[in-house]
Amino acid sequence: MKTKKTISALMIAGLLTATPALAEEKPVLTVYTYDSFASEWGPGPAVEKGFEASCGCDLKYVTAGDGAALLSRVMMEGTHGKADVVLGLDMNLMAQARNTGLFAEHPKIDAEYTLPIAWEDPVFVPFDWGYFAFVYDKTKVKDVPTDFKALAASPLKIIIEDPRSSTPGLGLLMWVKSAYGDGAAQVWKDLADNIVTVTPGWSEAYGLFLKGESDMVLSYTTSPAYHLIAEQDDSKAAAPFTEGHYLQVEVAAKMAGAQQSDLADSFLTYLTSSDVQAVIPETNWMYPAITPAAGLPTGFGTLITPDKALVFPPAEAKKVRDEALSEWLSALGR
Amino acid sequence: MAERARPLSLGAAAGWLATAGLLLLTVGTTAAVLVRAGAAPRPGPGDWAAVQFTALQAAASALISAALAVPVSRALVRRIFPGRGALITLMGAPFLLPGLVAVIGILEVFGRAGWISRAIAPLGLAPLQIYGPAGIILAHVFFNLPLAVRLILQGWHDIPAERFRLAASLGFGPRDVARLLEWPMLRTTLPGTILTIFLICLTSFVVALTLGGGPRATTVELAIYQAFRFEFDPARAAMLGAVQFALCLCATLATMRFAAGAGFGAGLDRPIRIIVAQAAGARIHDVAILLMVTAFLSAPLLAVVLAGLPYLFDMPASLALAALRSLIMAVASSALALGIALALAHVALRAGPAGKLAEVTGMLSLSASPLVMGTGLFLLLRPLIDPTAVALPATVAVNAAMAVPFVLRILLPGLREIQAGYGRLSDSLGVTGWPRLRLVTLPRLRRPLGFAAGLAAALAMGDLGVIALFGDPDRATLPLEVFRLMGAYRTNVAAAGAVVLLVLSFTLFWICDRWGRNART
Repeated sequence: MKTKKTISALMIAGLLTATPALAEEKPVLTVYTYDSFASEWGPGPAVEKGFEASCGCDLKYVTAGDGAALLSRVMMEGTHGKADVVLGLDMNLMAQARNTGLFAEHPKIDAEYTLPIAWEDPVFVPFDWGYFAFVYDKTKVKDVPTDFKALAASPLKIIIEDPRSSTPGLGLLMWVKSAYGDGAAQVWKDLADNIVTVTPGWSEAYGLFLKGESDMVLSYTTSPAYHLIAEQDDSKAAAPFTEGHYLQVEVAAKMAGAQQSDLADSFLTYLTSSDVQAVIPETNWMYPAITPAAGLPTGFGTLITPDKALVFPPAEAKKVRDEALSEWLSALGR
Repeated sequence: MAERARPLSLGAAAGWLATAGLLLLTVGTTAAVLVRAGAAPRPGPGDWAAVQFTALQAAASALISAALAVPVSRALVRRIFPGRGALITLMGAPFLLPGLVAVIGILEVFGRAGWISRAIAPLGLAPLQIYGPAGIILAHVFFNLPLAVRLILQGWHDIPAERFRLAASLGFGPRDVARLLEWPMLRTTLPGTILTIFLICLTSFVVALTLGGGPRATTVELAIYQAFRFEFDPARAAMLGAVQFALCLCATLATMRFAAGAGFGAGLDRPIRIIVAQAAGARIHDVAILLMVTAFLSAPLLAVVLAGLPYLFDMPASLALAALRSLIMAVASSALALGIALALAHVALRAGPAGKLAEVTGMLSLSASPLVMGTGLFLLLRPLIDPTAVALPATVAVNAAMAVPFVLRILLPGLREIQAGYGRLSDSLGVTGWPRLRLVTLPRLRRPLGFAAGLAAALAMGDLGVIALFGDPDRATLPLEVFRLMGAYRTNVAAAGAVVLLVLSFTLFWICDRWGRNART
C-alpha cells in the first residue's frame, strides 16, 4: 500500500517536473523558438530527430508565444540566458535583435536561397518565408477584390489581427504602408467598415473565419495548401492583390554567448539542409528558404504566386511601423 | 475592542505568511520587472484612454451582471422545482471556460453567422452586429452573471432559517421581507460581488479585443502586450501593471466602506424553506426569469459541445496526457488556494489596518496582469533555478494565487457571520485554534468551501496564462494544447479538445460543489 503511494507520488512528480536527461554526458543544444514550431504539429520534432542523429548531442527546445515574445524573452534574459540558437524571428524584428548585440555571426553557409529577395546577412539565417494575403472561401465569395481599394469599396467583411499583439497583424500594417505610403491612413479609413473585428492573434482570427464570421481573413498565401493537402478541401483560396504582397522571412541566429558555439553553428547549417527544408512546407505551412531538389509538395503548385514582393529593409522597419501604428489607431477610431 | 497581548498564534502566522507570499507574487513580480528594466516612464494620453475604457467596460459589466443576478438568485431561492440543483451547478460552467473557447461559443450563437443571425435571415433581417461595447458586455455578463448568482445565493443561505419563520409568523408582506431580510443581505453580498466582477473584467483581453471590434476597445492589458512585444519596453509594461494594481486598490477600498456584516445573528443551522408572502405574479415572474437565464447561459455552452463532439475521436494521444497533467495541477492549485485563503481570512477578519491589508492583498492578484506576473516570476526565479524546469509548479502557484480572491470572496461573508454569531461564545468557552476551526467554523463553512474548492480547481484547469511564458514544450497543459491545435489550423480537433476541457473542469467543479451543497444548512 505504502509502496503504491510512493510510486504514484513519484509518477506525479515525474509528470510535473522536468526529468534530468538520462545521458548527461551528451552536450545540450538549447534552441529558443516559438511554440508552434516546437509543437507536435510543427517542424520541431522532425528537426530535433534529424539533428540529434548526427550531432551526438541533445537538442532541447524552449518556447515563447511567437517571434516577438521570443525576442522579448531574449532581451529580458540579456547575457544570462541559456539559449544557444534563437529560431523564429522575422524581418520586422531583425534590426531590434541586431541592436541588442546579443547575437553572433553565423558560419559560412553555402546555400542557394530561393527567397523572392536577395539575401545576404552576416547574422541571420533564413529558414522559411511566406506572403501575407487575404484568404476566402471560393464557394461563398464570387467577386474577389484585386487590391485594397477594391476590398474597401466592396461589401466584403474581413477579420484582421492586432499589430500590437500579433505578427500577421504587424505584417498587414507594413503591407498597406509599403503599398500606399502617405495614403495608408486613407486606405485604413476606407477599410474600417469592412473590418468585423480585430483579434489578438492569428488563431482567433482564422478560427472565427472558419466559423463563418467573415468573408475573408488576413493569413498567408500558403494557408489554402493546408486545407488542400491535410483536409482534401479545395474551397479556400488567397486573393492576389495587384499592389504586391508583403513578405515575411523567418530567420534563426546564434547567440553571442552560446555555450555550445560549434553545435549552434552546425545547427544553423543543418537548418538550410534539404532534410529540414523538405519538412517545412507541410509542418510550418510556409515556403522553404531553399526549394528542395524534389520540389514542393503538389498542393503548393495551386497557390497564387505574387509578381511583386513588398518589404521594408529591416533597418527602416522600426521607424515605419511606429508611424504606421499611429495612423492605424487613429483611422480605426481612437 | 481590547485585545489581550498574546503570542502570535499559528493561524495568524500562517495568515501573515500568506499575505507576504501573495504580495511577492503580485507587487513583487511587478517590481522585479521594473528593477530589470530601469526607470518607468509616465503614462501617456493613449494609456489614460486605455485606463478609462478598461474601467468603464469593467464597471458596466459588473453592475449589469450583479443587477441581473439579484432577481435570478431570488427566483432560485423561492422556487423548488425538478432540476434546480442541476441549474445551480450549470451556473458554474460559463465562468470556467477559457476566454477563447467562450468567445467562440458566444459567437456561434450571437455572431454574424450565429444561430440567431441565421434564424432571422429568412425574414430579410441583417445579421446581428454584436461587435462593440455591447459585445464586450454581453460576453462579460455571460461569464460573470453565474458567478454573481452563486455569490448572492450564498448570501441567502447565510440568513438563518429562523428569521424567515419569524417573518412568516409576523405576517411580513413582500416589502417587509425586502426591507428587513433581503436588503441587509444584499448590502453585505453585493459590494463584494460587484468588486470581484469588476476586477475580473479589468484584465480582460481576448474577450475585450475580439468582441470589442477593434482598437477602440484597447484595454490596459493590451497596452501591456504592446509594451512587452511591440515596443520591447518592460518598464512601460511594469508601469501599466502598477496602474492596474492602483485601480484594484481604489475599487477594493471603496467597496470595503460598504461591506458590513448583516447581523442576522446565529440560528440553529436549519435548512431554508422560504415561506414568506410574495407579491401577486411573483411565480410567473420567477419562472420567466429562470427560463431566460437558462437559455442565455446554456446556448453558447451547447454550441461549444456541438462543435467539438464530432471530432472527439480525432484527438491525438498527447491530449490525454495533457489532460491528466491539467487535472493534477488543478487539484493542487485548489488545495493551495484554499489554504492561502483560510490563512488570509484569519487576519482579514480582524478589525483595523492588518485586516484591511490582508483583504486588499487577497484581491490584488485578480488585477495582476498575467503577462507582468509571469515575466516577473521568471526574473525572480532565474537566479535560483532554471524557470523552464519548474514551469508546472510555478503555474500551480500562480493559478492558486489567481483563485485566492474568489475563494476569499466566497468564504469571507460566511466567516464574518460565524464570527459574529459564534465568536464570543467560542471565546468564552475557550474554543480556539484547531478545535474551533474543526468544530465551529468548518462545519458551517462547508457549503462555501465546496463551491470555492470547485471554482479554484476549475479556474486552474482552464488557465492558459503563465505556462506559456515559461516555455517547456514537452509539458503542455490541456488549454495550451487546445490553443496549439488552433494555431496549427486544426480548428475541429481543437473544438473537441475544448469539449474535453469543459467536461473535465465542470466535473471537478461539480464534485466539490456537490460535497458542499450536501451540507446541513
